[in-house]
Amino acid sequence: MKKRATGAPASDFSLRAMVYDPKIRSIFFQVSTAIIFVILVWMISHNVAENLARSNTASGFDFLKRRAGFDIGDSLIPYTADSSYGRAIFVGFLNTLLIAAIGIVTATIIGFLIGLGRLSHNWLISRLCTVYVEIFRNIPPLLVIFFLYKGVLGVLPNVKDSLEIPGVHIFLNNRGLVFPKAVWGEGSVWIAIAFAIAVVASLLIRRWSYKRQMATGQQFPIFKVAAGLIIGLPLLVFLVLGAPLSFDIPQGGRFNISGGSSILPEFFALYIALSLYTGSFIAEIIRAGIRGVPKGQTEAATALGIQPSTTTRLVVVPQAMRIIIPPLTSQYLNLTKNSSLGIAVGFPDLVATGGTTLNQTGQAVEVVLIWMVVYLSLSISSSLFMNWFNAKMALVER
Amino acid sequence: MKKTILSAAIGAAAIAATAPAASATTLETVKAKGFLQCVVNSGLAGFAQPDAAGNWNGFDVDYCRAVASAIFNDPTKVKFTPTTAQTRFPALQSGEGDVLFRNTTWTISRDTALGFNFRTVNYYDGQGFMVPKKLEVKSALELSGAAVCVQSGTTTELNLADYFKANNLQYNPVVFEKLEEVNAAYAAGRCDVYTTDQSGLYSIRLGLSNPDEHVILPEIISKEPLGPAVRQGDDQWFDIVSWTHYALVQAEEFGITKANVDEIKASTTNPDIKRFLGVEKDTKIGTDLGLTNDWAYNIIKGVGNYGEVFERNIGEGSSLKIKRGLNALWSKGGLQYAPPIR
Repeated sequence: MKKRATGAPASDFSLRAMVYDPKIRSIFFQVSTAIIFVILVWMISHNVAENLARSNTASGFDFLKRRAGFDIGDSLIPYTADSSYGRAIFVGFLNTLLIAAIGIVTATIIGFLIGLGRLSHNWLISRLCTVYVEIFRNIPPLLVIFFLYKGVLGVLPNVKDSLEIPGVHIFLNNRGLVFPKAVWGEGSVWIAIAFAIAVVASLLIRRWSYKRQMATGQQFPIFKVAAGLIIGLPLLVFLVLGAPLSFDIPQGGRFNISGGSSILPEFFALYIALSLYTGSFIAEIIRAGIRGVPKGQTEAATALGIQPSTTTRLVVVPQAMRIIIPPLTSQYLNLTKNSSLGIAVGFPDLVATGGTTLNQTGQAVEVVLIWMVVYLSLSISSSLFMNWFNAKMALVER
Repeated sequence: MKKTILSAAIGAAAIAATAPAASATTLETVKAKGFLQCVVNSGLAGFAQPDAAGNWNGFDVDYCRAVASAIFNDPTKVKFTPTTAQTRFPALQSGEGDVLFRNTTWTISRDTALGFNFRTVNYYDGQGFMVPKKLEVKSALELSGAAVCVQSGTTTELNLADYFKANNLQYNPVVFEKLEEVNAAYAAGRCDVYTTDQSGLYSIRLGLSNPDEHVILPEIISKEPLGPAVRQGDDQWFDIVSWTHYALVQAEEFGITKANVDEIKASTTNPDIKRFLGVEKDTKIGTDLGLTNDWAYNIIKGVGNYGEVFERNIGEGSSLKIKRGLNALWSKGGLQYAPPIR
């Protein structure tokens, strides 16, 4: 081969050399990819702009300031039909955040318990946990949501026959769970401040006690002190202020139970369904993480005379975390994104309120852009947080 | 080399996909593909609903068939795009459908900002409320505190908010995207009240397991002129869709039905009817519209007149039994009126 190449004319040789030069090749491919990408982006945006102009559809983000005119059933912030489209979308965004946040917490707890359960030596527990994982992992989340929603609506009684916990004014019916709403009186902001001070103080004490233990070996009852601070300090302030708390008690109206706070069945179905569904994946991740720690680690710890509980806490779990965290991040992102399925049961999340806005204003491109940007930034922020957490938990090698 | 071929292919495909459509008119496009693509409701008894065999039936569906008859002289040359309240407008905007017949209310913002054109009203409707009889509600003004089921992205949703605010009433909205989901929620007792256009309420009540236990309240809280929409920028197509409706109405006024249209066409001496059915010598009415001169004859031959379409799908001849009311001919005290066809 080499001989023929050298025998070839000089121009052919340099061309061949260029074609087969990995460096030139790589530059060529990168440049052409970049060009195609730019052309694609340009064509798509140009096409969109042209089509919008041709169909005489209004464009721009001015519509966000206009009056929405529709009501939303479940809102964390004050919202009426007089609020703007922008606020309607924000209400949906907060609902999405809420579902994602509490869903992640619940799914993690479920996942942890089930994952440990599958590792249990107790035959019944481990089999039950296996059944759980296999069921929820293999059903599409939308069906789980539907099943729970129809189940909730089907099982619960009508308003007239509400289940009631007497004395505490808690009602349960197919319109949701209604309970007394705490109404904080004047000066109650001080209670929150006291709580924040207690938390900060506990953290400082923990740091101090750790240092002292490192230096002197003396232990400090950190848990009891912190618990006392965090519960006691706000309670003290609360009593000093003269207990500025009253309750908005729900009462039976002609149609519904009015007053109080309520958890709507749509929210409940979505929240539980996502937690159960994602929990089954997290269980497997936890199990894999713990199984992934070499047995020798436990044996070595035992040989050193470390107690089994301490071994789990200080030897197995920290090493398992390294395996657990990256796939766990993906599950958190999945849960956040799956919350958009709430539209199927009428939960007013970002997609639902955005969809209504889209339909009333006809500004599809803008609304879809908002959706994408919001989900993207949500996902990226959770990724960044989990990466930071991962770096913190990573094995420090000496 | 594989990589470059692949990227070239992707590039070519992208160019093909994003190249602006040639500036053919909608009529030319429809004729070229051989059928009308009609955007309809995904399922509203009496207006647009597929039967067990998958054949679409209903008032809106017959309008699609009427337009197809006018163009192809064949009411079966229609394909349907079932849509939710939210997907109907993008479906028309993007060109997925040629015309929207989906019990859609004509409003100024839809006529302007959304880039559509409305002209004819094939059904004068108004928003109403349905409640279970056992709640013993007599008027919508008693509904304060009720949970109200409504479909998202409709004018209904907006009217509801306005009506309750104007009358200082409280309510909890229970909002779903799909009509089927709203129906299910109402049937399950998730809400006390169902609100939508009155015609829709009649249709939905029929689908409940016990229609007699539900009552439609007397209040009509809005004007809901339902009519076809087309994209802006194609006046010829807009005219065809509009005049299809006028032809249906005019046929009823003339007393021309699907059954007697042949007989009348052969024997009539009335110059108005001769011009209408395209038997007048050297008439250009149909060709000026971009169709054939017997376009109106084809429409009536295909689906009948307005009264027939109404009775068959939603009137006394159907299970909905909606009275003509505002939708009677202007000569009979209603609002249906066709401009002169001359």
